[in-house]
Amino acid sequence: MGIRFVLMVNKQGQTRLAQYYEYLTLEERRALEGEIVRKCLARNEQQCSFVEHRNYKIVYRRYASLFFLVGVDNDENELAILEFIHLLVETMDRHFGNVCELDIMFHLEKAHFMLEEMVMNGCIVETSKANILAPIQLMDKA
Amino acid sequence: MAGGTSSSIMETFFQRNLEDLIKGLRLQLIGESAFISKALDEIRREVKSTDPHTKSNAIHKLSYLASLHFHDMSWAAFHVVEVMSSSRFAHKRIGYQAASLSFHDDTPVLLLITNQLRKDLTSTNEFEVSLALECLSRISTTDLARDLTPEIFTLLSTTKLFVRRKAIGVALRVFAKYPDAVRVCFKRLVENLESPDQQILSAVVGVFCELASNDPGSYLPLAPEFYRILIDSKNNWVLIKVLKIFAKLAPLEPRLAKRVVEPICEHMRRTGAKSLMFECVRTVVSSFSEYESAVKLAVVKIRELLVDDDPNLKYLGLRGLSIVTLKHSWAVLENKEVVIKSLSDADPNIKLESLRLVMAMVSESNVVEISRVLVNYSLKSDPEFCNEILGSILSTCSRNVYEIIVDFDWYVSLLGEMSRIPHCQKGDEIENQLIDIGMRVNDVRPELVQVARDLLIDPALLGNPFLHRILSAAAWVSGEYVEFSRNPFELMEALLQPRTSLLPPSIRAVYIHSAFKVLVFCLHSFILQKGHFTSSCPDNLVPGISALALKREMPESSDLITCEAPPTHGEQDEGFNPRVSNQSCEDLSVEHDGDRTISHGQTSMHDSSEKNSFTYESIVNLINVVELALDPLTGSHDVEVLERARNVLCFIELIKAELPECLVQKETSVDSEDVKAFKIIELMSDAFSEELGPVSVSAQERVPLPEGLILKENLDDLETICGEVQVPPSNLFSFGSPYGEEKGVFFSDLHSKEESEPSTEATSLLTEHRKRHGLYYLPSEKNEILANDYPPANDSKWKNNLNNDTEDLVKLTAQSLVSNKKPNHAKPRPVVVKLDDGDVGSISAKRPEAKDDLLSGAVREVLLGSDVIPTSQSNESNKSFGKRKGKEKLNMEPSTELKENLGDSEKPDLEKPRSRRSKHRTHGKDRRHKSPENINEEREENGLRGKQKSSHRHARHKARQRADALLTVVSQTPVIPDFLL
Repeated sequence: MGIRFVLMVNKQGQTRLAQYYEYLTLEERRALEGEIVRKCLARNEQQCSFVEHRNYKIVYRRYASLFFLVGVDNDENELAILEFIHLLVETMDRHFGNVCELDIMFHLEKAHFMLEEMVMNGCIVETSKANILAPIQLMDKA
Repeated sequence: MAGGTSSSIMETFFQRNLEDLIKGLRLQLIGESAFISKALDEIRREVKSTDPHTKSNAIHKLSYLASLHFHDMSWAAFHVVEVMSSSRFAHKRIGYQAASLSFHDDTPVLLLITNQLRKDLTSTNEFEVSLALECLSRISTTDLARDLTPEIFTLLSTTKLFVRRKAIGVALRVFAKYPDAVRVCFKRLVENLESPDQQILSAVVGVFCELASNDPGSYLPLAPEFYRILIDSKNNWVLIKVLKIFAKLAPLEPRLAKRVVEPICEHMRRTGAKSLMFECVRTVVSSFSEYESAVKLAVVKIRELLVDDDPNLKYLGLRGLSIVTLKHSWAVLENKEVVIKSLSDADPNIKLESLRLVMAMVSESNVVEISRVLVNYSLKSDPEFCNEILGSILSTCSRNVYEIIVDFDWYVSLLGEMSRIPHCQKGDEIENQLIDIGMRVNDVRPELVQVARDLLIDPALLGNPFLHRILSAAAWVSGEYVEFSRNPFELMEALLQPRTSLLPPSIRAVYIHSAFKVLVFCLHSFILQKGHFTSSCPDNLVPGISALALKREMPESSDLITCEAPPTHGEQDEGFNPRVSNQSCEDLSVEHDGDRTISHGQTSMHDSSEKNSFTYESIVNLINVVELALDPLTGSHDVEVLERARNVLCFIELIKAELPECLVQKETSVDSEDVKAFKIIELMSDAFSEELGPVSVSAQERVPLPEGLILKENLDDLETICGEVQVPPSNLFSFGSPYGEEKGVFFSDLHSKEESEPSTEATSLLTEHRKRHGLYYLPSEKNEILANDYPPANDSKWKNNLNNDTEDLVKLTAQSLVSNKKPNHAKPRPVVVKLDDGDVGSISAKRPEAKDDLLSGAVREVLLGSDVIPTSQSNESNKSFGKRKGKEKLNMEPSTELKENLGDSEKPDLEKPRSRRSKHRTHGKDRRHKSPENINEEREENGLRGKQKSSHRHARHKARQRADALLTVVSQTPVIPDFLL
């Protein structure tokens, strides 16, 4: 399953986007997000971006006030996931122009859409910004 | 009717959409939950509307609340299905998103959507297809997978790449849910491995990487395809996935490993992308550890990571190193300086990794030094890491029944020392080890008792609840092995000191019981000594003198006790003073000054011959102390404490009546055996002298099962009864308690005021913020950052402030980590009792239960099954691999195919001076010759095949025969493809 979930959380610990690639109940999700956010937000920038949690690991990176947290299997390549996060941010940046937290809040479905283009069933299937954005742009026109 | 329409228009008109909802939420500083529940009420109403727009809008809002605010939306499942079936794409999309968010295997309405999904999967609008695929990849059940397999099959080779990519992703889920789908779809999936399109390739390789990670064996036949991708692909995502596949395949097939190790090293050398480089390193160190040169190269790369300032790379370097260590310990020794410096890194994760590595370096010869250094280091570190250090020392040293410990005296005193470290929370583990060592290692018991005594006698330790378990062990040890004690009286004082009231009752009970053992021991020794004394000088001595001598010793020993015991014992001394008439004793001792010096000598010899110095008075004194301390406990509320205290007191009661008597009977002391009290003491002492040994882990299994006892009875019914009585998880962060119950306090607590500013002001604030926290933003000039490499680490300005401590540490460990240092065994390793059967928990490395046996079975059947029946195979493979140019059956002549690929792959490399390879190209395409030593090895391995290899170009049919012959041989054993031959 490669990627298990993608979370975007702001500095205050509020979830701004949550995409899971396996089914979790509401309670499980609440507990998971609480634990992870607490763990990751407590870290500073001199510390590395990888945190082991339960039986998987979290690769995270902070952009502006948003933390991007990706939960992956243990044998997943950490650096590749960092690249993936960066690609996601760049893609959103290209679409929204200077993307910020509010963009994601008010256009959540677009953010989801981009993620869906990039990740399928936990596997990264698309890495070209143009390809990711093509359908969204089509839809915007329509 | 008209009213109904107008109301729906009104609804539509005044309905709040998601944006309104979000804006509203942002305005709620407090009372967010009230706002949400109001919104939910609205949604409940709106969702029943007949107007599709109102309905989808409601679902849209609901899924937002479910996704980010954890509100249940399962009740709306049917409405979701309705919205999914809307003809408008915008509505449909909302419906699908809600479905993939909230549906799961047990959702009842899943049965209703099969046809909808089928319709959308076959739609001409590729975006609708994409929606359905996306949804299917998240919610697919066995039924859905079975029913929709034909549609997936069609989509797997559609010309619309946008859709095909997603269909490939879905295949993984479909296979997992419905393994029979493999028979239909697998070949199409394999065909996609040849796709020139990078995205398709990326998707399909990702799928195979997942499939192969569960059951690598089944995918060996596809190795040539993966090999080609490894050589040809320029896409780092794809390469990383292919490397992961090879990491799984290589251990299964040595010939394959030999083949791919060189290309992997090539990637490692040439790539500029750290992610790919690290993946190569990880692949080599985990699956190619027998290839010395490759491992060496990997270690060089690891070193580059280790010395990098970026904490991410450093962490990964340490991770890589810890994989290498399993087989090549030299790698750590080479980098030990960096590793040890990392112990004081700013990042706890890095510290932890380096700690693991340091522990991996520990051996019999350096365990003393390393532990010393680490314990010193733990004193300076934060509580959490301190306990990590202690924990890892404890677990490393106790591994395999204390395998690496030679000097147990040292280890036991180390345990004592660790207990005193202020942050120590490893009480349980230290407790276990103290007792375990006591039971297993005879020779260490004197030292163990000494350590226990030091712990017990310190009143300060009783105040630390983390130490209680250790004290319990110390108390047990001192009671059980009291015969090794230098001064049992002192032990008794320690066990009964007033501050023991701070202990929890269960541990206090251990204290009392140990006191009992000490008491019995003292009494017994006294009797023995007396018997010995009277028998050795039966009639020479005047009875009076011996009595005097006994009395005379008394002040010394009581002095001894009072001065060594904590001052709190003054009152207890008071207790016995009147009874033994101290006054007269002192008079006597003044009279017999000469004797006094002698008895002084005796007390100074206490250390060695304490056992011989039991006197009547000291015993009486002892009994009094015990009585005094335990009397109040007869009113204890804890049954255990109460009972133990009563045991001791009753025992004293029993013997006390006769004790003075038997001491008065100096003349008839030979008959002392007859006295009842002596017999009792004798008996008790016997009872306690039985030695306790370690218990085998499998002891329980050897107990025969009593008839009529059903062990595996289904107790599910209890669930309903005890459902509410759930034990709350003690620690939310522990890995052991998955999804511990948690209130959403965190989110509401942190609920921000900050982001309540209107968005117009936000832009100016944003630029401000951006200035201050520039490092968290994308670079403002929009040049395409090299997508090749992962983004630079957070900040490299951070200085590596290595304090002096670390340097000391490095210096200290520098010597101790030299592995060839001879262990200087001052004394031979004592015998450690080991039980032969499963002493250490039999954690047999169980192969993960192949839960997808069906899946792998199906895959094997598709890939290999046809080999067994060659007639059908030729047809099938011709059909399925028809796309390949100039290739024939996979199993028959894979080597030629491989060589063609190799030929292609070399083209980009030609500018690099790799004369050997190009030379061989002219000589012939047999690439195997490029490393002569390889072929020699291989010849040795399979001489016959090697011979045929050299000539197979000329004899195709011969090779075919051989392949057939081989197939018959290995038909039921794992079928290994012969593509390498």
